[in-house]
Amino acid sequence: MSDFDTVVRLAYLVSAVCFVLGLHLMNSPARARHGNTVSAAGMTLAIVVTIAYVAHQGAITTTGWLIVVAGILVGGVAGLAGARKVHMTDMPQLVSLFNAAGGGAAALVAITEFVRVVTIHGAELSTRATVATVLDVIIGAVTFSGSLIAAGKLQGIITSAPVTFPAVRLMNAVLVLGALGSGSYLIWGDHRATLALVAFLVLGLIFGVTMVMPIGGADMPVVISLLNAFTGTAVAMAGFVIDNSVLIIAGALVGASGSILTKLMATAMNRSIRNIIVGGFGAADSTGVAVVGAGETVRAVEADDVALQLAYAQKVIFVPGYGLAVAQAQHELAALADLLEQRGVDVSYAIHPVAGRMPGHMNVLLAEANVPYPLLKEMDEINPEFARADVALVIGANDVVNPAARRTDSVIAGMPILDVDQAKSIVVMKRSMGHGYAGIDNELFTNPKTGMYFADAKAGLAALVSAVRSLVAS
Amino acid sequence: MSAALLSDLSIFVLSLLVGFEVISKVPATLHTPLMSGANSIHGVVLVGAILAASTAHNPLGYILAFIAVAFATANVVGGYVVTDRMLQMFRRRPAPAPSNDSEAGPAK
Repeated sequence: MSDFDTVVRLAYLVSAVCFVLGLHLMNSPARARHGNTVSAAGMTLAIVVTIAYVAHQGAITTTGWLIVVAGILVGGVAGLAGARKVHMTDMPQLVSLFNAAGGGAAALVAITEFVRVVTIHGAELSTRATVATVLDVIIGAVTFSGSLIAAGKLQGIITSAPVTFPAVRLMNAVLVLGALGSGSYLIWGDHRATLALVAFLVLGLIFGVTMVMPIGGADMPVVISLLNAFTGTAVAMAGFVIDNSVLIIAGALVGASGSILTKLMATAMNRSIRNIIVGGFGAADSTGVAVVGAGETVRAVEADDVALQLAYAQKVIFVPGYGLAVAQAQHELAALADLLEQRGVDVSYAIHPVAGRMPGHMNVLLAEANVPYPLLKEMDEINPEFARADVALVIGANDVVNPAARRTDSVIAGMPILDVDQAKSIVVMKRSMGHGYAGIDNELFTNPKTGMYFADAKAGLAALVSAVRSLVAS
Repeated sequence: MSAALLSDLSIFVLSLLVGFEVISKVPATLHTPLMSGANSIHGVVLVGAILAASTAHNPLGYILAFIAVAFATANVVGGYVVTDRMLQMFRRRPAPAPSNDSEAGPAK
């Protein structure tokens, strides 16, 4: 190993340490931003050192340099524009697009290496590199097309409803068999089988589509986390292909992060990962809808009643859900909270792990609306507090506050919920009596303590703000 | 199995374990920035893309390397910028006006 090689490898080690430190600093909101900077510094070091290494090697052609510069300019401008312009409600789409970009790039690294060794030099990859190439290409391809579909669903370009067709399982089985076949041929048959690699790539791309299309919009937090884990793994595999430690380390870190989030999201939705991927919730959906409005009465309330309750409460807990994110009503909610706090009301926010459209999404939306993060309480922390709350205001959340989850005979039995029904008074803000994702009646709505405030989250909260204002003024 | 593969595998497995250890301590409040931060980290595949560009010598290689470099750069730049944008919004107190903050303690 030359001295230059040694320096490069040590620099990669420093970068990897920066990534770990950066992630470590994310354990508190106060230091997280600093952590991101540390991580970015490590990244800059890795890239600069790589460019220096390439220049030092001298093997790169002038066209090669042009390619690198043009790629960095195009990608940099696109990434910067996306990051600067994106609305916080659209974060899940952006993260999906970055997953697609990362997974796609990882697959391309292996493919380029294959093209160089096999097509140009007529040599063949080692078995070890071939195995890594096969894994990298399949995971990268699935991530690429799957993430694009996920982003399309989140953006509303593709219907967010689960799209299934009769033969979807048969088709997936055929795709998996085809991929196994062409992958095995590459590994054990012929390391130079370009056609097998192309077939393998195409099968992976199709599989990404057929995997994500049948998954409904409400399952997106799990899907994005899973694709994030895939991307990390693909990058690590690319590291195996070109024998590069920083890719392996960074990829493994992201793979671990994505896996943890996937597990957390699946647990919070009371679903197994397999169950989500296979898309088995359709049946439960249709049977649930059949029993709509089974006789029980609910008590409807108006903005003025709710405003009165809120303004004279000592402790209010807000429970924002998916509906609030869809209506983009976080600013109206923050305005209402400000108003109540000025009157000395103790206000806090109960955040269920799957509130919003990706892990932790609701926290970002509320932080954007200038809500201080100490007021944002995780489920385990806030649940004991509901009994002391005068009013719990549920905005656009449904299944995550359904007490039926505590009964063993319910569809959502065992799902972790917010104990909203413990509050002295409950107001549920919803557009209609429609069902949540699980498609079952919500016993909270028929609770005598509950008032149903039928309104769109944004308009309804704005009405509450002005109602509280006029109460205070009079 | 070669020595190089064994050491790569060791690095991979140990990094996974470090990842699990470090990331399981991140509070749920920060899960979105965590994911977008992790996103920017996997943009390190740019290193691989640049190395691929340095060894490409035919049009197909150039095209593939160009796409890889562009994707990876978008991933890196966009990931870090948007993560920073999100994290700067997380404040202990409301930015301008002081309010009677009865929940003075840190979230976790």
